[in-house]
Amino acid sequence: MKKLNIIVDGIIKSNSTFVLLLGLCSILASSSTFSSAVGMGVAVILVLMTTNVIISLVRKITPNDIRIPVYIVIIAVVVSIIQMIMKAFTPELALTLGVYLPLIVVNCVIMARAEVYASKNNPFDSFLDALGIGLGYLFSIVALSLLREIIGTGALRFVDPFTNSELFNVRLFPFQYAIPLFAQNAGAFLMLGLMLAAINAIQAAITTRKAKKQAANSATKGGN
Amino acid sequence: MELIILIISSVLVSNVVLVRFLGICPFLGVSKKTSNAVGMGLAAIFVVFFSSLLSYGLYYLVLAPLNLEYLALLSFILIIAAFVQFVEMFFKKFIPSLYKALGIYLPLITTNCVVLGVALENISNGFTFWEMLAYSAAVPAGFTLVLLLFSVIRERLDSLNKVPGPFKGTAIALITTALLALAFTAFAGLL
Repeated sequence: MKKLNIIVDGIIKSNSTFVLLLGLCSILASSSTFSSAVGMGVAVILVLMTTNVIISLVRKITPNDIRIPVYIVIIAVVVSIIQMIMKAFTPELALTLGVYLPLIVVNCVIMARAEVYASKNNPFDSFLDALGIGLGYLFSIVALSLLREIIGTGALRFVDPFTNSELFNVRLFPFQYAIPLFAQNAGAFLMLGLMLAAINAIQAAITTRKAKKQAANSATKGGN
Repeated sequence: MELIILIISSVLVSNVVLVRFLGICPFLGVSKKTSNAVGMGLAAIFVVFFSSLLSYGLYYLVLAPLNLEYLALLSFILIIAAFVQFVEMFFKKFIPSLYKALGIYLPLITTNCVVLGVALENISNGFTFWEMLAYSAAVPAGFTLVLLLFSVIRERLDSLNKVPGPFKGTAIALITTALLALAFTAFAGLL
């Protein structure tokens, strides 16, 4: 149960995008289509799980003074390997993600988890933490890309990265009702800003409701 | 002539922050005050230009002749981190006034994806030496321009204090950036 909490915390409480605001570059850049968002999300999960486990394994033999360069080297090696694998098996996806694929090296989410979690916990917990944070990243980027693609084009399509064939292409409403701005670059900033505002509003509503409940509870207790 | 087109296109048309989405973290983090934005921008121009020069040299003089191109990513990030560290020590020792102005921004720069992005793109775009120099100066110049514009807008926004509750902070900053990005799409007609 406690182990499950590590994963759930990573997805909701310390969601890298909406709570910690880390790694926004790749979120904004790769969320223009649903397919590229899934590709980016999976690539980040793979990198994060591998680096977290490796860093956790070497945490006791890493001298404290040079831990950051050690992390950078480990992360760069893992990203290079993932990049080669993706270029070999999913060449079209690697081309779409472009420079953002090698730039996972400087994605603050990876470094932050290495420093905050993997350097202090055992490999299994670090693996679970990476899974949770990675899924949180995947959910965020997919949610942003779904909103952008559906509102921006009125349709939703998904391309199989291995065969580069279209798996599905559903038109939800005619193109003339779509707002193409959201599929463009400026739309990425706009949509993420609106989503952040919505999440802030929901959080504020939850806290006021909790405060009211507490006030009501204490009032009834006082009456007794 | 082609160099001028390259410079205009990388400063205005495909701006590094607004169109290419690189360097968003420092863009949102250091844009609350104009003076900070100037410091960050100057530090970025300096570091991007010289680390691109170093990584370009490393790639074509060492990695390519030895067929070690696959080490590019690893060696670039190491060279950037080492360079930033070295510059910081050098400034601290020999130019303390400049260190006071730029010092705190230098460590932040290592995590700026513009630095690694430009170093990698110099290679993947197959730039010649002069194109590389122009590109490595123009991209951080575009970053500085947008950072400066945005910090001025943001100072006004914060002082107005009329932003609705849920939009406060990063949300309104992102929406402002969206408007700025829309304005910059007008430059697409330049070329």
